[in-house]
Amino acid sequence: MSYAAAQALACALSLSPAMQAVVDFLKTWWVELVCGVVIVAAVPLVAGYVVLVERKLMADMQARLGPMRVGPHGLLQPIADAVKLLIKEDIIPRDADAFIFWFAPVISMVAALTSMGAIYFGPSFRVAQDINIGILFVIGVSSLGFLGVILGGWASNSHYSIIGALRSTAQLVSYETAGGLAIISALLLSGTLRVRAIVDAQADQHVWFIFLAPVAFFTYLVASIAETNRAPFDLPEAESELVAGYMTEYSGFRWALYFLGEYANMIVVASVATTLFLGGWLRPFSNVHWLDIPMGVLPGLLIGGLGVYCIYRAGKQPVKVQFGFMWAVALCCFGVALIYLVPWVVSPLRFAIPGLNGAFWFLLKVSGYIYVFMWLRFTLPRYRFDQLMHLGWYILIPLAIVNVFSVGVAMFLSSEFGWNRWLAVIVTTAFTLAVSVFLVRLHDKHATAASSASAVPSDSYAG
Amino acid sequence: MMSPAHYLFLSFALFLIGCIGVVTRRNVIVVLMSIELILNAVNINLVLFSRIFGDVSGQVFALFIIADAAAEAAIGLGIIIAFFRNRETLLADEMDLLKW
Amino acid sequence: MLDSILFYFFAGVAVLSAALMVTRRNALHSAVCLVSTLLAIAGIFLQLRAEFLFITQIILYVGGIMVLFIFVIMLVRLDAPIHQIRFRMQRFVAFLVVLALALEGVVILLLAHKLPGNGLLIQGSAPADKLPPNSEALAKSLFSDYLLPFEIASVLLLVAMVGAVVMAKSRKRTSES
Repeated sequence: MSYAAAQALACALSLSPAMQAVVDFLKTWWVELVCGVVIVAAVPLVAGYVVLVERKLMADMQARLGPMRVGPHGLLQPIADAVKLLIKEDIIPRDADAFIFWFAPVISMVAALTSMGAIYFGPSFRVAQDINIGILFVIGVSSLGFLGVILGGWASNSHYSIIGALRSTAQLVSYETAGGLAIISALLLSGTLRVRAIVDAQADQHVWFIFLAPVAFFTYLVASIAETNRAPFDLPEAESELVAGYMTEYSGFRWALYFLGEYANMIVVASVATTLFLGGWLRPFSNVHWLDIPMGVLPGLLIGGLGVYCIYRAGKQPVKVQFGFMWAVALCCFGVALIYLVPWVVSPLRFAIPGLNGAFWFLLKVSGYIYVFMWLRFTLPRYRFDQLMHLGWYILIPLAIVNVFSVGVAMFLSSEFGWNRWLAVIVTTAFTLAVSVFLVRLHDKHATAASSASAVPSDSYAG
Repeated sequence: MMSPAHYLFLSFALFLIGCIGVVTRRNVIVVLMSIELILNAVNINLVLFSRIFGDVSGQVFALFIIADAAAEAAIGLGIIIAFFRNRETLLADEMDLLKW
Repeated sequence: MLDSILFYFFAGVAVLSAALMVTRRNALHSAVCLVSTLLAIAGIFLQLRAEFLFITQIILYVGGIMVLFIFVIMLVRLDAPIHQIRFRMQRFVAFLVVLALALEGVVILLLAHKLPGNGLLIQGSAPADKLPPNSEALAKSLFSDYLLPFEIASVLLLVAMVGAVVMAKSRKRTSES
């Protein structure tokens, strides 16, 4: 091509300044945009499958089988549910505030998804690049979801909704304080708010922060159960109490938005707990170097083992179609296992190993945390609302404050006075546990005093 | 960062809208919300000048203003609730117990 | 260029929501508009590289104070006064005062270059990458230079909490105790 022709081509292809600015923007931020799109697209699907897991787990703990019809072992159930919700009639109650009624579930969902933007799902899979206020951003933006709850309850113009919304918001605000204080305990240990740096601090100190601040982890566990309105704190949306609380008047896709927002919130809360307390994307025993290779191939082997199990179960399927589906699931598992194991063999691809393995361990820990949520849901009876508020304000917040104090004292003792770090941790944890026992005893005395003062001798034949 | 004049115009506009809200509205809750708007306009100014001079004191002061606004909103709303229980009204025109 | 797009977006949303807020009849709509204004102002804080203040605005102002406002609006719900005749003269006086203030402000901003010294339109500002990390700088300043105001603020919040609880308590309980 002659020089003149090349120059003419370059002129023809040159972009106006505005387009150039857009292209520059895309060039700088394309990784973040792709990750963001993946999160927004994947979270509803993942949340749907978390619902399926919950139903199967509930069935297992109640000695039954759960959804089995749609797909092999009910694996297509979430898709059927999604289609059903999308084609349902969209009902707006009369005299409902139309704009706020439309807007409230959107706030809930947007808050949950935006807070996912700051979380590192692995050493390199994230949307926002290690912002300076990482953890605080996640907590703050996910607390914007409260507005969706209270506005939705109000806009529905129905008794159940308003009472459910007010109760739910009161509960959320109370337990957010306790959760925030528990997070501060872990932040004291890491010394920074940045998400990446917190996990790196756990790698540097060779210990997960759950072992240095166990009471803080327990406090955060309880607070996060209350913050996502899960049992035993689910009075505002329990079906026998308030129909569905603030979600009563919502149907179809709007209800799906609320529901997905709640499950997305659960994933966010589990991710925060994993990052702060459970070591993020670090594998167990991350500082033991002879375990590098065995633990490194473990994710791939585990997923391959899952595929082998699917093939084994495929032979036992009663219906031909389910046989085919199980083989398809098994092949997917093998594909993923291949992605995990190939970089070990093909050395130019080795750079991908930390990222893949990190994502696996992170998702495993998040799943474990959510499993504990579900386990508690199916085991414990729910709290009455005044018991709930009493637990939050009288027991959990004082415990969280004492916890911050004790973690600070432990750090001070080990750095200034030269105590062994574990000794300091054990001493201060013992002190915190003593305080918690004292608080619970106080609560028991208060509860028995209140009930005995107002107890009326029951007369079975009155009436 | 844009030139300071942009931010100054913005905070001035918000301050004026807040003043209009305080003087014009009858519902005392909306008056309280307009006062919050005025405080936020001041916050923008403080943060702007903290950025220009590289001194973090502006942001510290803005933080204190946010804390103070929280305290004031809590007390103000408590007063409104107490008054509402007595008089069943929320309008500034009808809160005239001290009028001679 | 991204900077200016962001600024005009946030500033536009803030001013528009503020104007909506003072003109809505329904108090709840006003509260929602104020939430939108506060979020836009938080965006302005973020653009001015004040990250900690951005997230504090969201957690405290939107997540705390506005939830409090919305609670109170729901608890003292009143429909009747919305349709009553309004006193009109106030508005005229309000507009006069605000017009005077606006004229004064515009005059000051435009004539600033005649002031001695640098005037109001300061040209220089610290470049972004030379700023120390915001949270650390804020914490250092708060806990060393401004420790006394910090303690006083915490006492103030305690007083406010106690006062609000006492004032909002219902009469039946106080007569029992």
